[in-house]
Amino acid sequence: MDTNTSQSRREAASQARRKVNIKFVHEPSFFEKMDEAEKEEFFKQERVRSMRVRRSRAILRRITLGVGIAIACAVSILAIVPVFYTFLNSFMSSAEISHNYGVIFQSLSGHVQQGASYLAETPRMTVVPQRVTIEQYKNLLLMSPTYLLKFWNSIILVVPIVVGQMAVSCLAAYSFARYRRKRREVLFFSYIILMLMPFQVTLVPNYMISEQLGILNTRWAIILPGIFSTFAIFLLTKYMRQIPNAYIEAAKLDGAREWQIFTRIAVPMCSSAIFALSILLFIDYWNMVEQPLVLLTDAEKQPMSVFLSQINEAEIGIAFAASALYMIPPLLIFLWGEEYLVEGISRSGVK
Amino acid sequence: MSDKNDNKENNINIKPKERETAGEKQPITTALTTDPARLAAMKAAKKRFHRRRRLKDWGMFTGYLTPSLVGVMIFFFLPLLMILKQSFQKSSNNPQFVGLQHYEKVLSNDAFIQAAKNTLTFSGIAVPLAVILALLLAILLNSGIPAQSVFRSILLNPMMVPVASVVLIWQVFFSYNGVANGWGFNHLFEPDKIDWLKSDYAQIVILVLFLWKNLGYNMVLFLAALNNIDAEILESAMMDGAGALKRFFSIKMYFLSPTIFFVAIMSLINSFKIFREVYLLTGDHPYPTLYMLQHFMNNAFKNLEYNKLSAGAIIMCVVMIAIVGILFFAEMKFDADVEG
Repeated sequence: MDTNTSQSRREAASQARRKVNIKFVHEPSFFEKMDEAEKEEFFKQERVRSMRVRRSRAILRRITLGVGIAIACAVSILAIVPVFYTFLNSFMSSAEISHNYGVIFQSLSGHVQQGASYLAETPRMTVVPQRVTIEQYKNLLLMSPTYLLKFWNSIILVVPIVVGQMAVSCLAAYSFARYRRKRREVLFFSYIILMLMPFQVTLVPNYMISEQLGILNTRWAIILPGIFSTFAIFLLTKYMRQIPNAYIEAAKLDGAREWQIFTRIAVPMCSSAIFALSILLFIDYWNMVEQPLVLLTDAEKQPMSVFLSQINEAEIGIAFAASALYMIPPLLIFLWGEEYLVEGISRSGVK
Repeated sequence: MSDKNDNKENNINIKPKERETAGEKQPITTALTTDPARLAAMKAAKKRFHRRRRLKDWGMFTGYLTPSLVGVMIFFFLPLLMILKQSFQKSSNNPQFVGLQHYEKVLSNDAFIQAAKNTLTFSGIAVPLAVILALLLAILLNSGIPAQSVFRSILLNPMMVPVASVVLIWQVFFSYNGVANGWGFNHLFEPDKIDWLKSDYAQIVILVLFLWKNLGYNMVLFLAALNNIDAEILESAMMDGAGALKRFFSIKMYFLSPTIFFVAIMSLINSFKIFREVYLLTGDHPYPTLYMLQHFMNNAFKNLEYNKLSAGAIIMCVVMIAIVGILFFAEMKFDADVEG
């Protein structure tokens, strides 16, 4: 800036300041003009007014809070009802189930127009079962080994996938996070795109390669692609990039080898993420329907998720118990690891 | 990660006299020695060191990546290339180049068009709804409601429930003689009883299931982002007279924008998994509005027309990349806009 103008400005400013000081005349405010009685009156009025405002605000706040709680409760009830009913129904006797829901499952198998619609108008959703029994579970576990077999199928598919994918992903994510170079980002980006590919796209490639490798219709056809899925790599890389460099430098100064940096610093610092991701993966694969449908043609090897959809009229008696049983492992994991899960999810979204 | 480290370690390879000069990051020409032979040796040593270091760095990178890379190559990239090749060949046994013939066939296939339309409609409606409703829920929970964590757990709960387990209950609700009709939900649309999953409202039912399952996860993501916003900024905006709405749209939305993007991507991924629900509820041949791309693929498998299937998969892959590309581009552009 021009020195001249800034100087003249400064002078003008100081002049102005001086003028203000000289010219300042204290004008009494409306409050100062009041005498004691008037002041008293004024304060009284103000007190009443502020009370009124405060009260109306409190009421408004209470109303919004009430509405908020009501909405939250309603949504929560909607969220919990299906789970609640599945468990509730699993403790009813088979007779009661078919009495209550017979209408529905008849209509499902196609006799809607013929007979079922003449029967009871709607199924009876009872909140309290007539008699609480574990009959269904007993039948399920003791009488029909197929269910146990399917359950075992599910486990033997899911556990190797989760463990394998976490191991592979930890290594890969560490490599992407620590040895970060521009050209390698391209590879990382292609991983992201691969992660975003829905199963509709990867189905055909998956099928082709399983056929080539001769693992079609074996468990490996599902486990191997599952292990190398890139979902976990993306999120883990995000976490590992948040590890401060200073930690790694400090470890290096203390003489840690590369492998030690990985096992002693990177992995422990991401433990919550690893937990959360394991839970997410478990749920996802516990849920899987598409892969076994196409890659496992043997009905014997199908996991429970596919099997549960094929329950027919005759088996409604134990269907609810089977559903409930299938739900229990993820729910237990949820109860046990909720903190990790929430923390893991939360941190994954924040950049 | 350690450009500074380069120089430090580098010094070890040089003789002590030069070390101090190199350590100060001065150009080599100002080194104490002017002996050209020594300078050349120094340069060579530096070069050698750099090469070795780069090699080591690259070795580490590939070392850690190898397991994943090998698997991804075998199970994803190579097969993708294979089907790309196959989509241009006449049939599996006859590797004659036929150009875009298979693509034309797939694109003129009614079932494929129907499936693509259904899938896109569903994702187009479900993803924005999932984002907006989850955001509203997160704001609700963040507004100082008591027992916030209890509500959060309950809302996160559906995510953990396997689809196959609740299928029975959904059938109880939405079949012809089901509870939804019994409670009079059909009167919202029609006076008569509706067989929900076999009617034009089937997509609405599926949408409800999708939201039921995914809102909790999205909400937790938004909650985290909302909690991450600096309270001081909001407070100072309040002092400046910004109302609740103004504060939300001008400040919170700014901080939420990366999360919104992330949630949208996650919802998009999940919206393609809706096939599970549809399949478990309605089997291989659902009502036409529920016929998803996955059904098309599954059913086409039975005819063993791999080349056509390959073309279909490639088309989907391209569309997917385009969608994701647009999303990424929009996010980049949006970020650039806000940051000025």
